[in-house]
Amino acid sequence: MPNMSPNKVKMPEQDPNIRNKNFLEVALGYTKEMAIEEAQRCLQCKNKPCVNGCPVNVQIPEFIKLIVEGNFDESYKTVTSTNSLPAICGRVCPQESQCEKLCVRRVKGEPVGIGRLERFIADWYMENSNTVIEKSKKGGKKVAVVGSGPAGLTCAGDLVNMGYDVTIFEAFHTPGGVLMYGIPEFRLPKSLVQKEIENLKQLGVDIKTNMVIGKVLSIDELKEEGFEAIFIGSGAGLPSFMGIPGENLNGVYSSNEFLTRINLMKAYLFPNVDTPVKVGKNVAVVGGGNVAMDAARSAKRLGAENVYIVYRRSEKELPARIEEVHHAKEEGIIFKLLTNPVKILGTDEGWVKGMECVEMELGEPDASGRRRPVVKKGSEHIIDLETVIIAIGQSPNPLIKSTTKDLATEEWGGIIVNEDTGATSKESVYAGGDAVTGAATVILAMGAGKTAAAAIDKYLRHD
Amino acid sequence: MFKILKKEVLNSSVKLLKIEAPYVARKAEPGQFVMLRVSEDGERIPLTIADYDREEGSITIIFQEVGKTTIELGRMEEGQEILDFAGPLGTASHFDGVTKVAVIGGGLGTAIAFPQAKKLHSLGVEVHSIAGFRNKDLIILEDQMAKVSDKLIITTDDGSNGKKGFVTDVLKSLIEEGNQYDLVIAIGPLIMMKVVSNLTKQYGIKTIVSMNPVMIDGTGMCGGCRLTVGGKTKFACVDGPDFDGHEIDFDEAMRRQLMYKKEEKVSVDKDHECKMGGTQNA
Repeated sequence: MPNMSPNKVKMPEQDPNIRNKNFLEVALGYTKEMAIEEAQRCLQCKNKPCVNGCPVNVQIPEFIKLIVEGNFDESYKTVTSTNSLPAICGRVCPQESQCEKLCVRRVKGEPVGIGRLERFIADWYMENSNTVIEKSKKGGKKVAVVGSGPAGLTCAGDLVNMGYDVTIFEAFHTPGGVLMYGIPEFRLPKSLVQKEIENLKQLGVDIKTNMVIGKVLSIDELKEEGFEAIFIGSGAGLPSFMGIPGENLNGVYSSNEFLTRINLMKAYLFPNVDTPVKVGKNVAVVGGGNVAMDAARSAKRLGAENVYIVYRRSEKELPARIEEVHHAKEEGIIFKLLTNPVKILGTDEGWVKGMECVEMELGEPDASGRRRPVVKKGSEHIIDLETVIIAIGQSPNPLIKSTTKDLATEEWGGIIVNEDTGATSKESVYAGGDAVTGAATVILAMGAGKTAAAAIDKYLRHD
Repeated sequence: MFKILKKEVLNSSVKLLKIEAPYVARKAEPGQFVMLRVSEDGERIPLTIADYDREEGSITIIFQEVGKTTIELGRMEEGQEILDFAGPLGTASHFDGVTKVAVIGGGLGTAIAFPQAKKLHSLGVEVHSIAGFRNKDLIILEDQMAKVSDKLIITTDDGSNGKKGFVTDVLKSLIEEGNQYDLVIAIGPLIMMKVVSNLTKQYGIKTIVSMNPVMIDGTGMCGGCRLTVGGKTKFACVDGPDFDGHEIDFDEAMRRQLMYKKEEKVSVDKDHECKMGGTQNA
């Protein structure tokens, strides 16, 4: 008999007033009993609407049924037959707008906690399984993957399983891309990312760090080195600034810099590590996406007393996941909505001392369908601050584009691809993830990596 | 890992390391830099490439021990390996159509000016080099600079090498003597590059400076190295590090350089304590 409770089994979490002072994971994960109870809420629909919402086609009812049966090993195998990074997806996928959005249980209550179950099964496997991963049979053709974020890792994982000889080139000293430098420890523990990457290495993927493709080797030179196909998953690494006065004052960060210092370089442990980060008593984060929430919640954990989210539209338009907004509010982040910065103010020595803002009202819908914010007359006001973090978006890093002449790109930098295959304008070169779409989600990047892996396989087999 | 092939002590606080990095060496050009990291909890720091040998597959860096990472780097010996070493980053210097160039190095900046002078010399350009140091004990690369320069003038702030004065004084007199430079390259402390740029502006001589702000990734990702150049924001790591000295907002760059001064001291003090046995295993 299915469990007909209208609500998901509650996820244990750290108390908001304790967790906003540490970097440990916020959501603690289901126990075995909780997972089975939640899994029993799945109705095992024959037409599997949830699967249609998954960019990597996870066989959702199947893996959930195996949880109910207590067959966790098989459940894990079912998940990983299409998703090579389940512990990550279970934590950071926007399930509410994908699989869970299409869940039948949503008609009368909450959908099945598919993400939470995926996380459970991945965590269970990491903790309990002794299965030794067998190295894939190599000897296949050589494929290069540029970038080791979610797109690159997925593409590499699929290709190595098909028997290709895969090498990942990573610019940083540690692989993982945005999973390492962008998403904070309290949402996605870095040890877990490294464990997923370790699994890929055991499968036979070779990862070369400190290799900035576009500089140390061009795409054409990778071909000369014997790589018969290349996947570009170099992400959206170029931070946007607002172009308002005062952005170069000391104390102004791009969200990329702020989060990279904290996540990749572990600045929250300074001076036990060497990379510092500056956080004042009063911090404003400009923007309303997941990255803005991550930056605000990190600032709070680093001791800021007042952390503001400054966003020019209303709560309804916040692009961040509802869960992230909810967590941020619980932790004491102050939302200054319908507020837009016009100028960052500095001391004589060049340090941030405040930000001049205006209030906004929502007018007619704009091209994106969202109501356009317009300035309320006479609403200028100043927020006292020592730190400003700009989290208004990133565009694709131009390093590869600028050194690969015949690679077609959009004006804003995105690599142009055939959506069905990930093929670029350049023979044997494929691309996917944020490098193509601009800043999007981990799972969409993984989906693109998967698509490209299948297309690369097809291309190399017909060669 | 990147093996140290050679180590030289150039003066009391400046050291030279030649590092095995064949991929970087294949592509390196004057003006470019590397990002390196010495230990697992270490910072990523940018260091300009002082020389490269494509055949040997090596990159030479010259650095002053000013922060925790450079102090640690200075303690490393031949045969040891550097943990991370990525490059060549930044845009290479361009010297199209020049026939006579003044290359100015201030202190450690001489190490970065050296590959530029060497490249220009190899292109058949007439090179006048000026290198300034605080005193004669700090002079570095005198012989090397002499080899690639048609004229080399070394000055010291205190006159201890017999030639007292600042590099700008020397440049000014060379220009006044009738030397017509197509280009001045000035590399050194921000204040020196600012003063040189102010001088050459008066004479209308194009001037290139090399900026070395705080960086994290070195690939355009963080924007921490941003500068105002000609009224626009530029990233030193990808748009530079070479810029037109007449367009840089040096005052802003100098303020930004101080952003982590306090933290740098904390790191160095902690390192010092550790070495003294004070807080070992703490």
